Amino acid sequence: MPRLYTFIKYFCVILWACFVVAPFLWAISTSFKDFNSVTGGATYIPWLQFEPTLDGWKVLFKPGSQGGINIVGPYFNSIFVTVTASFISIVLGTLAAYALSRYTFKAGIVQNNDITFFFISQRIMPPVVLSIPFFIFLSTLGLLDSLAGLILVYIVLLMPIAVWIMVDFFNRVPREIDETALIDGCNPFQAFFKVVLPNSVPGMIVAGLFCIIFGWIDFFFAFILTFTNVQLLPVKIVALNSSITPWWSLSAAALVSVAPLIVVAFIVERYLSKGNLSGALK
Amino acid sequence: MSLTLNNLTFQPTNEYHLNDISLHFEPGKMYTILGRTLSGKTTLLKTIAGLLTPDSGSISFEGNDFLSIPVWKRNIAMVYQQFINYPHLNVQENIEFPLKQRKMDTLLIEKEVSQAIKQVGLLGFESRKIQELSGGQQQRVALARSLAKKAKILLLDEPLVNLDYKLREGLREEFKKLFSGEDASQSILIYASTDPLEAMQLNGDIIVIDEGKILQSGSAKEVFENPSSAKVAEITNDPAMNINEGLIKDDNLILNQDIIFPLPNHLKHISQGKYSIGIRATDLYLDNQGFNFDVDISEISGSETFLHLHSNNIKCVATIEEVKTYEVNDRVKINFDLSKIYLFKESGELLHSPYKS
Repeated sequence: MPRLYTFIKYFCVILWACFVVAPFLWAISTSFKDFNSVTGGATYIPWLQFEPTLDGWKVLFKPGSQGGINIVGPYFNSIFVTVTASFISIVLGTLAAYALSRYTFKAGIVQNNDITFFFISQRIMPPVVLSIPFFIFLSTLGLLDSLAGLILVYIVLLMPIAVWIMVDFFNRVPREIDETALIDGCNPFQAFFKVVLPNSVPGMIVAGLFCIIFGWIDFFFAFILTFTNVQLLPVKIVALNSSITPWWSLSAAALVSVAPLIVVAFIVERYLSKGNLSGALK
Repeated sequence: MSLTLNNLTFQPTNEYHLNDISLHFEPGKMYTILGRTLSGKTTLLKTIAGLLTPDSGSISFEGNDFLSIPVWKRNIAMVYQQFINYPHLNVQENIEFPLKQRKMDTLLIEKEVSQAIKQVGLLGFESRKIQELSGGQQQRVALARSLAKKAKILLLDEPLVNLDYKLREGLREEFKKLFSGEDASQSILIYASTDPLEAMQLNGDIIVIDEGKILQSGSAKEVFENPSSAKVAEITNDPAMNINEGLIKDDNLILNQDIIFPLPNHLKHISQGKYSIGIRATDLYLDNQGFNFDVDISEISGSETFLHLHSNNIKCVATIEEVKTYEVNDRVKINFDLSKIYLFKESGELLHSPYKS
């Protein structure tokens, strides 16, 4: 019986691993193919079934005049915008969430839960609905096609995630910890910065991870709100599409664009396995 | 140096959390606030600490208006029933946190902390993380933090309730030792508890509180012997005092229209009428000449057996001084030690106590 159980367990894990890993392998192998290897039917093993080439990768770093797209600039733009917007969202979102978790606000019928909902409601609407107001808004401020404008919009999109996760996190931190800090001689600000914040790092890491993922994968707003001056990675990659779809370059670009997320995931995973994310507070 | 509460009232909803509470605390004494859950014990402690502001009333400490001083400037310490420590700091850092906050001299902090660690028996655990400690050890850290502060007012909110039996016994003994030391004479100790036994063992002044109101305050002996009302008698006894309707009529004492005793001599002076009759579980005993009762539940506790009993109209609990197993619905014969009964007026007020002539 235990043997059967082990078999089923491993079978399921392997099945799932294939499901997750296969697209990556497919993308890796495609990125080294040329036109003929892609269109000539499915091939898997380099050197045996097809001759690997670096053409797909070269396109990513050649300037436009030589038929490339040069993703280095957009790459750093994307990193800068995502990291900055995530950082600001986490800072503001954590402060807002702490206030919403610990203090009672009341303005007419509007109470804490309504304010939390207001934050999250920013994500209820489909991006299309928001795009026109954002466009007008940014153009009025003169921030269209600029990094600052994108960061501003991304903060609007990412802060709800931070607020949502952190409100939940703070609600699970016993209030008595704050109270003990007050009793031990901290004023409310010291209680927050000296006691609550150091214990909130796990929640902030989770919230930060979500912000980075959602910021990094956004295509729509980057596409609508920028033109030529500032371009982000997802927009640039889509620009690869011409009359012939260059699957090899697209695959290479896709791999390059998920790389930072994989790095982030590994860092967080290490943190997770050290047990720092769970059990810090009970 | 004394702490005085005047007419504290706190009513956040329709129900009173504190209802006109006036108390006086002297340093060097131990006060136990005894009440059921949600009776307002924690609210009272938090109000003294300054975490809650009462709707009305005043608190004065050493002659100053305490309510105008924010929590972080009142020199108090509080231990919660949950084990509350700073999870990001180790044991040593936890205990020195309030002292550092006070910007005390480093050498002095070192001395105070090591003394507190010794007092609560955590030597060798200084660099442990809080999560690596057992519940009892965590509570010791919280206690050490409170001790190291040498606060003028020490509030303990059911500090032992989440610990297992053995630890609870051990720590309670230590409490008594710690707070009978020389430092203790400088500070006011207020201990909240739901457990009557614990309150009696701590043997300080007992303040009985229910629905935010003080029902009785006095020495442990006084509260035990002469509970001011039927409610107090229920709260201050575990198992709760058996209280049944009674009637004194024609030289008879009738319990719930069911059990009839000839009126004992020491109750002859009491006028006829309806009363509530209270008797402690320990004052019921097995007796072949006694009355028939059926067993509902039988609990063995150490060297005693608690029997939850019922007859036609009466429910009561009896403590049998030996360990015996009973099945549900077993029939037992029980008698009442009439010299130990309490009489309460219909309003609940104490009329007769066996300890008062």
